Amino acid sequence: MLRNSENSFGWVAIVMHWISAIAVIGLFALGWWMVELNYYSEWYRTAPHWHKSVGLLLAAFILLRLGWKFVNIAPKAIGNPWEKRLAGLAHAALYGLLLSIFCSGYLISTADGRGIEIFDWWTVPGFGELLENQEDVAGLVHEYLAYGLIVLVVLHALAALKHHFIDKDNTLRRMLRVLKN
Amino acid sequence: MKKTLAAVLLTALLSPLAQAADYVIDSKGAHASINFKTQHLGYSWLTGRFNEFEGTFSYDAEKPQAAKIAVNIKTASIDSNHAERDKHLRSDDFLNVKDFPEAKFVSTKITDKGDGKLEVAGKFTLHGTTKNIVIDAEKIGEGDDPWGGYRAGFAGNTEIRMADYGMKEILGPTTVLLELHVEGVRQ
Repeated sequence: MLRNSENSFGWVAIVMHWISAIAVIGLFALGWWMVELNYYSEWYRTAPHWHKSVGLLLAAFILLRLGWKFVNIAPKAIGNPWEKRLAGLAHAALYGLLLSIFCSGYLISTADGRGIEIFDWWTVPGFGELLENQEDVAGLVHEYLAYGLIVLVVLHALAALKHHFIDKDNTLRRMLRVLKN
Repeated sequence: MKKTLAAVLLTALLSPLAQAADYVIDSKGAHASINFKTQHLGYSWLTGRFNEFEGTFSYDAEKPQAAKIAVNIKTASIDSNHAERDKHLRSDDFLNVKDFPEAKFVSTKITDKGDGKLEVAGKFTLHGTTKNIVIDAEKIGEGDDPWGGYRAGFAGNTEIRMADYGMKEILGPTTVLLELHVEGVRQ
């Protein structure tokens, strides 16, 4: 039930998937909104603080999720050969983009050697400027990769819906609950 | 013959003193700085600087009113000791350094106020907008340096409003104080 099987994801993978989904969409919306905040908005300091805190927690969570993925078997992919191949590439790109967005986000805030506080619980140390104009370069990378990620998230969701409503297979169903063999 | 040669040499050596000498601001050795300060919420002064700039001036203590100065500033080099804030200051909310990578000041008229004080009027270009400003300047000193050169240094300050240069005043109607310290090496 907890671990993946040949035909279905286990509860750990399912819960981790949906926590990631909520966090990614929430972080994107928060990031989108917070950069336009007026200096005198009461959210001007809180919103970025939460964005960074949740972002770093998600980074650790995604590493954990990748670890779980590697010690589990993957349920068999469903669909045509080209669908399976495309799905594999898309899933790898989702993880790759996530990790790159975590790194670039970290590099913005730590460009001057300052650490990043996670909800005033811990401070993740900064290593200072590793490349020239780091905060600007990392900022652009962070922004555009986030747009790329959200486009891919939409395609990922559309593909799941296509499997569910057009192909009428178990692709989406097995990410909602554990299917019996 | 020897006397003539000596006279020629002496004239050659002394002649730069007879006219306004040209100086290059020692940004390479960082004996110059361009600082700014503005109020934060009206409760304190926030200070910062532009790390990259270059300039030249000509100056003759006998004829200060004939002096000239020109300075070019790389706007992207703004440094307020906080990367996230600097990123914001470089964005189009403030300096928009992508479209306006340079700010510059070129003097148009220098008035000797006596006692080493100068009034330096000139054109200041920032955010693609040029305005006339006046810098209150003061000569700090001049003379030989220990390494065979000759230096002269000044301090000056002025005040600008961001709105005058087409920038949004998202922090409110605050003025920005600019402070210049330049030491020039005579060429």
